[in-house]
Amino acid sequence: MTVATETTTGAVPSPSEEDVIVVNKMNKWYGNFHVLRDIDLTVRKGERIVICGPSGSGKSTLIRTMNRLETYQTGEITVDGILLGDDVKNIEAVRREVCMVFQHFNLFPHMTVLENLTLAPIWVRKMPKKEANDLAMHYLERVRIAEQAHKYPGQLSGGQQQRVAIARSLCMQPKIMLFDEPTSALDPEMVKEVLDVMVELAKEGMTMLCVTHEMGFAKEVADRVIFMDAGQIIEMAGPHEFFDNPKSERTKLFLSQILSH
Amino acid sequence: MSDNAKSPPLPTGTFAERAVSWSKKNLFDGWFNSILTIGAIAFLLWLIPPIIEWGIVNATLEPTIEGCKEVSGACWGFVNANLRLILFGTYPYDEQWRPLLAMIILMGIICGSLGAVKYPGLRKAIIPMWVIGVPIIAILMWGGVLGLTYVQNSYWGGLPLTLILSSIGVIFAFPFGLLLALGRQSHMPAIKTMSVVYIEVIRGVPLITVLFMASVMFPLFLPDGVTIDKLLRAQIGIILFTAAYLAEVFRGGLQAVPRGQFEAGDSLALSYWQSMRLIILPQALRLVIPPTVNSFISMFKDTTLVVIIGLFDFLGTVKLALRSDPAWTKYYVEGYAFAAAIFFLICFSMAKYSAYLEKELRKGERR
Repeated sequence: MTVATETTTGAVPSPSEEDVIVVNKMNKWYGNFHVLRDIDLTVRKGERIVICGPSGSGKSTLIRTMNRLETYQTGEITVDGILLGDDVKNIEAVRREVCMVFQHFNLFPHMTVLENLTLAPIWVRKMPKKEANDLAMHYLERVRIAEQAHKYPGQLSGGQQQRVAIARSLCMQPKIMLFDEPTSALDPEMVKEVLDVMVELAKEGMTMLCVTHEMGFAKEVADRVIFMDAGQIIEMAGPHEFFDNPKSERTKLFLSQILSH
Repeated sequence: MSDNAKSPPLPTGTFAERAVSWSKKNLFDGWFNSILTIGAIAFLLWLIPPIIEWGIVNATLEPTIEGCKEVSGACWGFVNANLRLILFGTYPYDEQWRPLLAMIILMGIICGSLGAVKYPGLRKAIIPMWVIGVPIIAILMWGGVLGLTYVQNSYWGGLPLTLILSSIGVIFAFPFGLLLALGRQSHMPAIKTMSVVYIEVIRGVPLITVLFMASVMFPLFLPDGVTIDKLLRAQIGIILFTAAYLAEVFRGGLQAVPRGQFEAGDSLALSYWQSMRLIILPQALRLVIPPTVNSFISMFKDTTLVVIIGLFDFLGTVKLALRSDPAWTKYYVEGYAFAAAIFFLICFSMAKYSAYLEKELRKGERR
């Protein structure tokens, strides 16, 4: 994944320094409820970021603004050089480069696994069917589930479904992948098979933003860990510093709660 | 996965033993069920023999009034004598092979289209069948070309008219209802408001009123000299009316599709129409097969109301036959029973097809 892309700034930073997501003073309200407050965040190409925080802290909402599943009211978000606003063309352009893996998989139940994977390449990327099938089989092998290609999602276990969902995203060959609590809906024995796939992806240099409470995963692959509470980014640090030497009291309390059990 | 995992092992023994154990379990399971069973048997014994006696044993097919006067049972002779009037209405007698052929072609196209669920090879043929079939039906019915004499559509009637009104009704009401349902869910206020107003106004008005307005009031608004055919107005009235009901059925289906499905489509960069066509509608429509077919059955029967604007549908032609000779008039029970039987046959087929379709589409997709 070392695609050299031109930057708009004029300077020529090395590709690993490129900022693929820039969130600038972004605010979001649901009616009177202030869900996201003054979010500032810059994600560089190839970076792996883990976002954690108590439920209702706005962490899922934050990553969902990055492919416009959620709107925002003030500030701005730029993804891959494209300003995410009301412009439908821009939104679709961003969504072609940013894929999301959901907590509840959201596979299409009326299609086979293979059809789930080839749908977007065929209709969005206008790929010939044969080529899309080959691509899909390639990614199904990568998530070690190729033998299930002709089954329907309802016939698979949760862990298998989530791996299919990851493969479905990969078939779009995205630049950025968002994970919204990908293991929270899984039975405990299936968490590992999904995390293994995510670790592999991270090691290949995929730009990843991952909302999760899997702290082992954060320690292993994250470049930065973000802690959110009440719609704000409270703390942002490298994993060693974050886990060994958290600065804010709220972070300490949160870590003590999730690491003690 | 296995549905039979919990059912008890098959009973063994002779047929008689199994019959006894089956009836004990299903018919005489406790005193309350036993009373119900005995009551139901008594009711059937009271009801069925007289019907058989009237309808078959003492009935006659003799197509004359004299023949009917001799028997105490049903006078199917009325239907026998007036069959062509009942089936084809006032369509010119010598040309009635044309609506017959048109009806057979129409049934063929419908069966071919419905059969595509079972035989995927037919899927590609559906559109060509309609594109070729409908003009042929139109030529047969109207004539005026290829040496066929011209028959004004005010002479059309009977079963072909009922079938044409309802199948054209289904074909146009379905997509229109779908657009209304999507419109009602739209984020664009103008489209949403128009859809809501349309659906609520049409649903709030009886079909008779819609047909009556189409037939009597609508022409008053047209400039002099411009006329729209009465049959076409009735057809449009039926389409507009059915679409409003279908729209609400489809909206129910759209609401039943989980939000995650919309989000998955969005996050894969599919456009609104791609998402709808490939992801949402296939699921939504599958969920609403029973109420959709319900609407179609209801519409099929509602086509009988076109009689109030002077078109003779299948029920209308039965009335026409009853009035054709005062001597037949008292055999209205037989006439209506015949009409009811044909209506039941068609509606029941639709219901059975709907059940079959549901089963077929669920195959392999167990959740």
